[in-house]
Amino acid sequence: MRKIVLAGNPNVGKSVVFSQLTGSRVMISNYAGTTVEFTKGLLNTGEEPFEVLDAPGTYSLEPTSKVEEVASSLVAQADIVINVVDATNLERNLFLTTELLERNVPLIVALNMIDEAGHKGVKIDVEKLEDLLGVPVVPTVAVSGEGLKELVGSLSKSVNRKKAPLNISDRWSYIGNLVGQVQEITHRHHSWLEKLQDASLRPLTGFPIAAAVLFLAFQLVIGLGEFIHEAMEDYIFEGFYETLLLYLSEVLGSGGFLHNILIGKLVDGNIDFEESLGVLTTGVFVELGVVLPFLAVFYLVLGFLEDSGYLPRLAVMVDRSMHRLGLHGYSIIPMVLGFGCNVPAALAARNLESRRERFIACTLMSVAIPCMAQLALIVGLVGRHGFDYLAVVFAALFFIWVVLGLIIDRVMPGYTPSMVVEIPPYRIPSFKAQAKKLAMRIWGFLVHATPYILGGILVVNILYTLGIIHFLGVLFAPAVQGLLGLPGDAVSTLLIGFLRKDVAVAMMIPLGLSARQLVIGAVVLAAYFPCAATFTVLVKEMGVADMAKSAAIMIVTAFSAGFILNLLLDTVVPAAYLAAGLVVLSIILPMVLGSTSDRRELSDLDETA
Amino acid sequence: MEVSLVEMKPGQTGVIYKMRGGSNLTLKLNQLGLREGKRIKKISSIFNRGPVTINVDNYQVAVGYGKATRIMVEVDELEKDSPGRQS
Ligand SMILES: Nc1nc2c(ncn2[C@@H]2O[C@H](COP(=O)(O)OP(=O)(O)OP(=O)(O)O)[C@@H](O)[C@H]2O)c(=O)[nH]1
Ligand SMILES: [Mg+2]
Repeated sequence: MRKIVLAGNPNVGKSVVFSQLTGSRVMISNYAGTTVEFTKGLLNTGEEPFEVLDAPGTYSLEPTSKVEEVASSLVAQADIVINVVDATNLERNLFLTTELLERNVPLIVALNMIDEAGHKGVKIDVEKLEDLLGVPVVPTVAVSGEGLKELVGSLSKSVNRKKAPLNISDRWSYIGNLVGQVQEITHRHHSWLEKLQDASLRPLTGFPIAAAVLFLAFQLVIGLGEFIHEAMEDYIFEGFYETLLLYLSEVLGSGGFLHNILIGKLVDGNIDFEESLGVLTTGVFVELGVVLPFLAVFYLVLGFLEDSGYLPRLAVMVDRSMHRLGLHGYSIIPMVLGFGCNVPAALAARNLESRRERFIACTLMSVAIPCMAQLALIVGLVGRHGFDYLAVVFAALFFIWVVLGLIIDRVMPGYTPSMVVEIPPYRIPSFKAQAKKLAMRIWGFLVHATPYILGGILVVNILYTLGIIHFLGVLFAPAVQGLLGLPGDAVSTLLIGFLRKDVAVAMMIPLGLSARQLVIGAVVLAAYFPCAATFTVLVKEMGVADMAKSAAIMIVTAFSAGFILNLLLDTVVPAAYLAAGLVVLSIILPMVLGSTSDRRELSDLDETA
Repeated sequence: MEVSLVEMKPGQTGVIYKMRGGSNLTLKLNQLGLREGKRIKKISSIFNRGPVTINVDNYQVAVGYGKATRIMVEVDELEKDSPGRQS
């Protein structure tokens, strides 16, 4: 079967074209660097089946980051390349096109976003462009499907041009000349969206906008998530579902092995969704009743942020602060993604240029950014004791994120160069695309998390029944109690945390912990080690040696943080003051210490100038 | 008037005439379409050594402070109301 590779600049619509051609679902967002790995799909034209590969975006076949390496290696394997081109930015896009023309591979150009080009007053003479390039050019609007039939139809006409390679300045003058012949631009007035675009980049308006967006996102996720969670608990779990389970419990004879596994233990003859520890009781409740509501709202908000085009603008606003932690602004994207799930976040770090940046980003992300599944349980559990305690958890993680970044940046050799990134235009997210994406993410969660969550509950259940947890609890009591002020049995949560963090937090419920103990437990659990799924990806992304270093940092950080919290929280400082103090310190410390990256970058640039 | 991207004022337009920083600087910028002779318009810069954002053709690019200090621009004298689009 012949291979078609979709190649093009970042954010030109390759993934939309891919999903239209193959019917497969892939992540689509309005920022450069959404796709970081290739996806395969099948296209049947009626005459011949093709294998289609959606590649990450790249500006050139000379890669400057790990994602771009993936893209250029895919092009090398292609039988046909469909070069997706953003019609609104013909000149920049043709750089890659001309490079592709020099490869020994048949090429077709999909002139995408032709709708937006129209709005922006860009008119392109397609026939002339086809003539000049010598390969088929098909205008498309990938989101609506316009032109895709013609694109498929032209597959048989793809031509291998194999032009002689040009050097960089000849390439640009060739392109300049070509664009001059085929493109006509009429000036249009700025739309309100374009005005908003600029406003969110100017400091005076940009910072308030960033603060408002983040605050709203936080409020929405916590508030609406909590609301849906409670509604589900009241109306579904403690209503109909409980009755059903009680009936099942009776059928199973109110005890025995199977009853223990499925229902768990009854509390006063009743089901306690938090403490019964059965797969169908606590397991299903944690997954669907607690995690799902928060996760769904989070992904709704994230989808909007991604598709509107706001994230790269947020990157600009936080760039200065991120430099103090050894990162540049664009690494805010893996951090934001990490709040959903650390796995895609670790993958997104591929967009960062150097190994150093990827190490820092992955380490900070997995230490200090709890995924939404884990957060849902933290909010539910710690939140019960009042917002102050919840604030301590957030503040402590923020503090760890900042301090760890400050330290690693100073200790690790090298420096982080400043960023050069494309900022996409604002686009109004389409309802359909949002719904599709949300469904895809929720489905992904259900498929990937179910075995871990239900399995995790099962393991805990068995460990309890066999008395192993109690045994380990006694064994580790001195360490856990002395250092963290937690009962010995809390070892069980750390054990399960290797598997799945949300279940681990839930394991704190039967221990009957006090508010301060819950805070300590939540922070240590978030920081000490990644869950199994994240760990696997991190090893792949960072390599064994870097992962080992990173893991050492995580363990030391988590237990020191737990120890310090154990010393201070409630005993010396009340929760609210501690939270406020940590936030203030996290803001002041980087300001006082400053950043060394500018100086180093400038001397580097001067040397090579 | 010739100034760096950092010194340029928001709203001003001009033409890049020199990038002082070797391939460390120019490789990525070049791939993004920023090169000598390119017409640009500055949108904003974030104070305290933050990134500079500019309009090039129909797209926007953010350039970190360090790199922006090494991109020299010949600023248009009549800056008011120039669209900063056509190259
Ligand atoms: N108006 C319009 N928007 C489009 C069109 N095609 C894609 N988009 C939008 O462009 C954005 C980027 O689409 P993607 O398919 O994620 O782009 P990509 O090329 O795969 O991007 P990377 O994976 O980051 O390289 C999304 O917001 C799409 O909705 C089009 O023809 N017209
Ligand atoms: Mg993509």
